[in-house]
Amino acid sequence: MDAELIKLALGGIALLACIGLFFGIGLAIAAHKFAVETNPLIEEVLESLPLAQCGGCGYPGCEGYAIAVVNDPEVPPNLCFPGKEKVANTVAELTGKKMAAVEDQIALVRCSREEGRVSHKHEYFGFASCTAANISFGGPSACQYACIGLGECAEACPFDAIDMVENFPEVNPDKCVSCGICVKTCPKTIIELQTLRARVYVPCSTKDLGKTVKAVCKVGCIGCKMCVKACPADAVAYEDNNVKIDHKACIAYGPSCEEACVTKCPRDIFRHYQGRQAIARGAADGLKMAG
Amino acid sequence: MTTSFTFPKNTFSKGGVHPLECKELTAGKAIEVMPVPAELELVLTQHIGAPCTPNVAKKDELEEGAVIAEVTKGLGVPVHSPVAGKVKSIGTSTHPMQVSTPSITIVVDREASAAEYTKKEWQNEDPQVLLGKVRDAGIIGIGGAGFPTHVKLAPPKNMKIDTLVLNGAECEPYITADQRHMVEHPAEIIEGARIILRILGISHCIIGIESNKPDAIDALTKAASEHGDSACQIEVRSLEVKYPQGSEKQLIESVTGRKVPAYALPSAIGVVVQNVSTAKAIYDAVVFEKPLYEKVITVSGRGIERPANLLVKVGTKVQDVVDYLGGIRPGLKKIVLGGPMMGFAVSTLDIPITKTTSSILFLTEDEIDTSPHSACIRCGWCLDACPMGLEPKEVGIYVEANHAEETEPFGVFECFECGSCAYVCPAKRPLVQFVRLAKMKAKRNQ
Repeated sequence: MDAELIKLALGGIALLACIGLFFGIGLAIAAHKFAVETNPLIEEVLESLPLAQCGGCGYPGCEGYAIAVVNDPEVPPNLCFPGKEKVANTVAELTGKKMAAVEDQIALVRCSREEGRVSHKHEYFGFASCTAANISFGGPSACQYACIGLGECAEACPFDAIDMVENFPEVNPDKCVSCGICVKTCPKTIIELQTLRARVYVPCSTKDLGKTVKAVCKVGCIGCKMCVKACPADAVAYEDNNVKIDHKACIAYGPSCEEACVTKCPRDIFRHYQGRQAIARGAADGLKMAG
Repeated sequence: MTTSFTFPKNTFSKGGVHPLECKELTAGKAIEVMPVPAELELVLTQHIGAPCTPNVAKKDELEEGAVIAEVTKGLGVPVHSPVAGKVKSIGTSTHPMQVSTPSITIVVDREASAAEYTKKEWQNEDPQVLLGKVRDAGIIGIGGAGFPTHVKLAPPKNMKIDTLVLNGAECEPYITADQRHMVEHPAEIIEGARIILRILGISHCIIGIESNKPDAIDALTKAASEHGDSACQIEVRSLEVKYPQGSEKQLIESVTGRKVPAYALPSAIGVVVQNVSTAKAIYDAVVFEKPLYEKVITVSGRGIERPANLLVKVGTKVQDVVDYLGGIRPGLKKIVLGGPMMGFAVSTLDIPITKTTSSILFLTEDEIDTSPHSACIRCGWCLDACPMGLEPKEVGIYVEANHAEETEPFGVFECFECGSCAYVCPAKRPLVQFVRLAKMKAKRNQ
């Protein structure tokens, strides 16, 4: 081979190697000098999180929460809903924070539109989203607290836990992690997070007077307050024209009341609630998660 | 006091559409006084803002014009009883925008004689006293927006007002209530204008009327020359027909050539706008001390047996109006409170008329369009039609893609929902609805 060519090639290789070395040293110095100090704890916490990026904790993604929980002593370690108790314990351990109890919750649609056969007051044309339908005269249902059924909650759910069955949202208890996105999305604000240990629930959100409810829905709450009177534990209240159940008091009282509220309800809207296991087993006693 | 039919620039410059006017159904019909129904339902949210608080109790006997609800929070005006009668109940009733709102139901006392109002001198009253009378009479902008008038008539001290513009454009199709007001009560409107001028302490007033109402232009021109005085200069101006001329900012540009800056109020450029019907209400409030509890509405559309311009008591139910006008015709598809461009569709007749209801339209199949909308084809017609120079198409695309919160840079808060974009859209897209959604979500996000 021509010695001239070899010389040229070697020269080129040497030049490139020099450039490479120069930049390599430069980058090494820069990496050392301008290094951003990260708390290794944040990395550890982040790794323990499920990385679902649902935003249910109220922070922008999992990293946002990891940074907040490590740096801010006020942020509790149990905000990650999808992670449940296991993650909360790990985060508490890593950050040295005191662990509060994690309540297993599930989204509950407080409406029984299908059963109640709530009539349509008008036909709705236009953009198929619940919020859009809601701003045109309160949605097509005759009950202004009824589920609109255009599936905005199902679309918003980051865990795909809500299925629309005949225009009504059904929460899949195996997928729901109680992040609360649907609660914030629903323009009728009829989705609530409820503890899985709850004994009873009321799938109706109406704030109308009994007369109005009777005219539009067969099972809606008419505000007779029979449940309030029946409860021996004072766990049922009727506030702001709506039934409120204090589940803590209810669970603490135990089963000795034999669910007097359910028996007394003349509209059959006060129901037994059997939690996730019962639903997962497909309990056949007419229990329907979403009313 | 001259009419200039050939004003060089007598409409707004940007956008606008020409919807079918359909005013012939009621334009020639004189205002008819509707008999008072047996019961009236007065909603306590007659205007924007928080509802009024009732100051009467169940079974209270009321006189005509008595105050039944007072303002306790924020801006507002009191609500008056339109009749002598008895409070039946304090409950809730349906509302075209808020769905459900607190209300007072009054059973009319048939025996009671109508209240009598005597004419009072106002020429030498203090402007502040006049302003108080306007407030106490419960006057709000009857043109549609329902902003309390006394607030509009007391602009901030640092704003120098020089012109009053009276809005007689009535650009919405079907509606003829203002037109009939101008034809039948021109002298009252002119005197109302003079009262407003005194309150504002200025002397120049321009009345803008679209040229499709020649009878109204003639009547007001004549009244302005007969009832005007040398101290104030009241001018009637004919405007080229174009929707939405009746919008405040567009009308100001049409009659004065001045443009209201974005996100600013007309007082920033020295103008106050009032509707002609509001001027009439101010006349009643100051000269007769009669509160605002009656209202002229246009009942029109091919779905009603006898279209008419009616003088009704506030609180009359749509059902009562339908009964009085001979019922509904077959083929009725949609009921709209307000004009066809900006009004709200309702699904019940059990809904009371408020101070801001300008019309009730009963529309049949061939007057509405229910065909489904499709994707935006980026033709840009909505950009040409928008009188505010916005981009409705972009807002729609963002909303459909679940990015409604990011639409503020497109100026959604400048949009006053005139509907010109949706009117011209060849894909039938519900652009106004998209904008409303965008406003809701962008606000929630702030």
